[in-house]
Amino acid sequence: MPDAIPSTEAYLMLSGTLFAVGLVGVIIRRNMITVLMAVELMMNAVNINLVAFSHRFASLEGQIFAIFIITVAAGEAAVGLAIIIQLYRLKSSINVDDARSLNG
Amino acid sequence: MSPALLVFALVGTVAVAASILVVAMRNPVHSALFLLLTFLCVAVLFVMKDAEFVGAVQVLVYAGGIMVLFLFVVMLINVRHLPDERVLSNFWKGGFAVGLAVFILFFTLVRPGVYHDPVSSDKALRSTYTYRHRKVKQPDGTVVRKLIRRGKVVGNSEAVGMALYTDYLVPFEVASLFLLVAMIGAIVIGKRELSAIEEENVPAYMLERVETEHAVKGGMGA
Repeated sequence: MPDAIPSTEAYLMLSGTLFAVGLVGVIIRRNMITVLMAVELMMNAVNINLVAFSHRFASLEGQIFAIFIITVAAGEAAVGLAIIIQLYRLKSSINVDDARSLNG
Repeated sequence: MSPALLVFALVGTVAVAASILVVAMRNPVHSALFLLLTFLCVAVLFVMKDAEFVGAVQVLVYAGGIMVLFLFVVMLINVRHLPDERVLSNFWKGGFAVGLAVFILFFTLVRPGVYHDPVSSDKALRSTYTYRHRKVKQPDGTVVRKLIRRGKVVGNSEAVGMALYTDYLVPFEVASLFLLVAMIGAIVIGKRELSAIEEENVPAYMLERVETEHAVKGGMGA
């Protein structure tokens, strides 16, 4: 079998692992930049899923959706980092638990 | 073990290890560099599933654009890291619990052998389609117009581009509008507005520039 490529399950397990790691990062970290990086990690895990299923069902839709997700991730990173910069000017800190002015 | 499986095992292990290090590193610059490694590994995984264009976009946009943005902001903010500062938030126990639950959920749902992989042909991922009507003569003599789909095998990039500009034209344009809105939003949010007190204390070089502008304008008016 010269070109036995890894199965869809292997891709799904890898993507699930990356998603779980990203989720843990979003919840446990205090540094807001690292939280945003963990969100990017989760988006990448979803993209792996989409591409794997695109190959599994021999259909191009999964790849198109992956490209749109990458676009949204770029916009989200730009706006999120702008918010972080503004928050740093306001609070001189980028820890998530310092930004609780609205928390009554 | 075939070479493809070997590459998958290697790249997948590196990707998972690097992603754990992204979350675990104390310094955001180190996190960003491990995130770059993760993105490159994921690009390799995309190419292995016949998604060459998505892999290229992954390298260009993620590794080239978003990472530079992250590194810029990390260096712009330049937070001093005290060695005894807490890294974990107050919810870290719940966070680990939720992460473990999601991990177990995925691994119980995705058992090996759930999806019987067919003898996959990647031809559909490399084909563009044209449609046209053709008159077909039925056996009983009537002539019927039928829609004929004709596939042409090209490359993955051409197939994706064709799909983006035909079937997905409206989402594509909406995405471009989204990027415009995100760009304007990022500029407006990130812009620094000087307060009245700060305007009195602006550094000398900024005042010099204002004076030069006044002089230039006065010279033009005279």
